[in-house]
Amino acid sequence: MMRSLSISPDKCTGCLQCEMACSYENEGVFNPSRSRIKVFSFEREGRHVPYTCTQCSDAWCRNACPTEAIGINAATGAKEVNEGLCVGCKVCTIACPFGTINYNHATGKVIKCDLCGGDPACAKACPTQAIVYVDADWTGYDRMRNWAERTDNQSTAQA
Amino acid sequence: MGWHKKILRVNLTNGSCQAEPLNMEWAAEYLGQRGLATKYLLEEIDPKIDPLSPDNKLIFATGPLTGTAASTSARYSVITKGPLTGAIACSNSGGYFGAELKFAGWDMIIFEGKAAAPVYLYVNDDEVELLPAADLWGKSVWETDEILHKRHQDPLLRVSAIGVSGEQGVLYACIVNDLHRAAGRSGVGTVMGSKNLKAIAVRGGKGVRVKDPARFMKAVGEKKQILAENAVTGQGLPTYGTQVLMNVINEVGALPTHNARDVQFNGASDISGEAMHQPRGKENKPNLVTNQACFGCTIACGRISRIDKGHYTVTNRPGYWGASGGLEYEAAWALGAATGVNDLDALTFANFICNEQGYDPITFGSTLGAAMELYEMGVITDADTGGVALKFGSAEALTKMAEQVGKGEEFGKILGLGSKRMCEKYGHPELSMTVKGQEFPAYDPRGIQGMGLTYATSNRGACHLRSYTVASEILGIPEKTDPLATEGKAGLVKAFQDATAAVDSTGLCLFTTFAWSLDDFQPQVDAACDGDWSLERLSEVGERIWNMERQFNLAAGFTGKDDTLPKRLRKDAAKTGPALGKVNGLKEMLPEYYQLRGWDEGGVPTAETLQRLGL
Repeated sequence: MMRSLSISPDKCTGCLQCEMACSYENEGVFNPSRSRIKVFSFEREGRHVPYTCTQCSDAWCRNACPTEAIGINAATGAKEVNEGLCVGCKVCTIACPFGTINYNHATGKVIKCDLCGGDPACAKACPTQAIVYVDADWTGYDRMRNWAERTDNQSTAQA
Repeated sequence: MGWHKKILRVNLTNGSCQAEPLNMEWAAEYLGQRGLATKYLLEEIDPKIDPLSPDNKLIFATGPLTGTAASTSARYSVITKGPLTGAIACSNSGGYFGAELKFAGWDMIIFEGKAAAPVYLYVNDDEVELLPAADLWGKSVWETDEILHKRHQDPLLRVSAIGVSGEQGVLYACIVNDLHRAAGRSGVGTVMGSKNLKAIAVRGGKGVRVKDPARFMKAVGEKKQILAENAVTGQGLPTYGTQVLMNVINEVGALPTHNARDVQFNGASDISGEAMHQPRGKENKPNLVTNQACFGCTIACGRISRIDKGHYTVTNRPGYWGASGGLEYEAAWALGAATGVNDLDALTFANFICNEQGYDPITFGSTLGAAMELYEMGVITDADTGGVALKFGSAEALTKMAEQVGKGEEFGKILGLGSKRMCEKYGHPELSMTVKGQEFPAYDPRGIQGMGLTYATSNRGACHLRSYTVASEILGIPEKTDPLATEGKAGLVKAFQDATAAVDSTGLCLFTTFAWSLDDFQPQVDAACDGDWSLERLSEVGERIWNMERQFNLAAGFTGKDDTLPKRLRKDAAKTGPALGKVNGLKEMLPEYYQLRGWDEGGVPTAETLQRLGL
C-alpha cells in the first residue's frame, strides 16, 4: 500500500519530538536545526503546526533540478535527493512553493523529507498522533469518520 | 557524551567570554544541572557574600539529557545565591531555551561580575558576544523577546530574559524564557538584574550526541510508553495540567487560604482546572485554549489560556487578548486562594503580568495575602496603598498590585520585598508565611504533614519541588501514606529529597516522577553518559547534592534553628475539613530526619556523613 504522512495540527503540543527523531534518523544526532520537518508555533493563537514535504506527484523541486538529482522512490513515492548528483545550486529551493526543501550549508547539498524509506521516524515519535503515516489514498479517512459519526445521530441531535 | 564537556564563562565586569572544559571529575560526582552547577558555585563564591553584589555568580546549567530524545528533555536550571533567602537558589525551567543552549554546544554559562551598563548575551554556537542592551532596559520580557527576534532577523532564536521587576530589584524576580516559562523562585532574576544582564539569546546548530544511541533510543521509547499509560502523566496532566490538584487539595483541607488562616477556600472550584474548560464571559469560550508541551515532553501539562475580552482587565488592551501561558496550580493558588480571589480571568491576567514582567506568582500571591491581612488589621492603610483597598477577595486589588509589582513602583515596591521583609517592616513578622525567607506554596502542612518537614528543611527556602510528598500522602505514589500522620514522614522526605536532587541534575522534568522512579531514569542516563551509572550511584549523587546544598547554607550563616515553620502552622489548628483541629507536627519529625540524614542535633552533617559522601 502506498502511504503518506498526514498531519493534524490540532493534536500537536509543540514538543518537537518529531524534529529530534528526524535529525537522529538522518544525521545520528539530536539536532532540530537539521530536521526535515518543522513545527511552527503561533503563540498568540496557541497553535502548533508541523510542516514538511508532501511529496507532490508532479514535483516542482524535481522538475527544476538541472542535474536530475531528485529521484522517485518507487516503493514509497518519496522524492529523494541523490547527494552524489546534487551540486547545491538551490534552484529546487526556489521552485518549491512550500519551502520544504532546504539547503544544508554543512554538506553543500539540499535536504528534504524522504519518508525514511517507508517508516517515517517523525510519525513514530509523535506522542499525540498529530503526525501519522497512513494509506495515501485515504489521508482524510479519520476526519471523514469523525464527521460521519456526528451525522444523523439521534442521541446527538437530542443533546 | 550527553555533556558537551564545555562551559562558557562570561565576565560582565571586563566583557570577556571564554570557553573552558567542563570539570568531568565533578560531572562524575554531581551529574549536571542542579548538582554540578551548585558544585561550581560552592567552589567559586564565598556563601557569605551579598547576593546582589558583583561577587555573586549566576549559572545557567543544562543536564546531560537536556536536548535529547528522552521525554521532558527541556530542563535547565539557574543557580546562584538567592536574594530573597540568602540561601542557595536553584530554579528550574522548561520551554525551549535550555535545549537550544545545549544545541549550541554549551553545558553551562557562568556569569560573573557586573556590567557597567545593560548588556545581553548573544550565542550562535561558538559565536558568542555581549551586546549593548540600553534600549532593552525598561522593556518587558515579551517586548525584549520580540525586539531580539527582529534585531537578529532570526525567528528560531530562543530568548531568556528579565522584565522590569528584575531591573527594579523586586526580590522575587524570575528569569523567563520562551515568553512564559520561568526559572521562578528565590529571585534569580533579581541577581540577573543586579548584574545589568537583560537577556540571553541563543541559536544552536550543533545538536546533542549520546554514548550508546541504540540503547538510549530503546530505553527512551520504553519510558515514554510508561508516561503515556500512567493516569497522571497520560491523562490528568495533559487534560487539566497541574490544576488537576485545585479541587483535590481543597477537599483534603490543605489549601492555604487567606494568608493561611484557613485551609479550605470556598472559591476553589471557580479557579480550578475544571473551571478552565468551561465556557464563560462575554465570548462564551473556555479560559483554556490548549495544552502545550515544553521541548521533548510527551506529557504536555502546560496551559495556554485567553482572557475573556469582556473582562475589565483587558478593556481596550488588545495586547492581552491573545493566548499565553495560563494558570498552573501553584500560581492559581497564590493569586487566588491565598488572596481569596475567585475571578478566573483576574487570576489569568495577574499570571500574564507575572510572565510579562518576570516575577514569581507564588511569592507575590502569598505576600499580597499577608498585606491583605495587615490591611484588615488596619496596619496597612489606604495611605500606604495609594487608595487601593487591599481586601481579601478583591480582584481589583490583585490585578492592580500585580501591575505595580511588575513595574516595581508605588505599593508594588513594598510588595516587591516579599512577605518576610514586608511583615517585619509593619511589625508583624508572624504573619509572613515563609521559611528561610521564602513563601511556602499551595499545600497546607496542617492537612499534609510531610509538607511541613519538606518546607522546613528545603535548601532553597519553603518549596514543594524539593520533596513532593503530596505524591505519596494524597495521590498514593509510589504508595499511599496518611497525610495527617507524622510517623514515617522523615524517611519519606529524605527519600524524595535525594531522588529529586538526582532528577533535577539530569535535564529531565520532575513531573515524570508521577510515573517514573529513579529506576526509570537510570537506563536513560547510563546509555547517554560516559561511565557506568547504576541506580546506587544515582541515589548517592542525589544525597551528595542535598548535603552539599546544606553545606552552602551553613556556610552562609543558616543553622538548624532556621529549619522551622511559621508559627501559624505550628500553633493555629485547621478550622475545617479532614485536618480539623490539627497543627503541623514538625517537632515530631525533625529530630528523626536529622538522624536519618546523618546530621547532628543542630542539623550539621557529621564528619562521617561528609566522608561517606565524598564531601
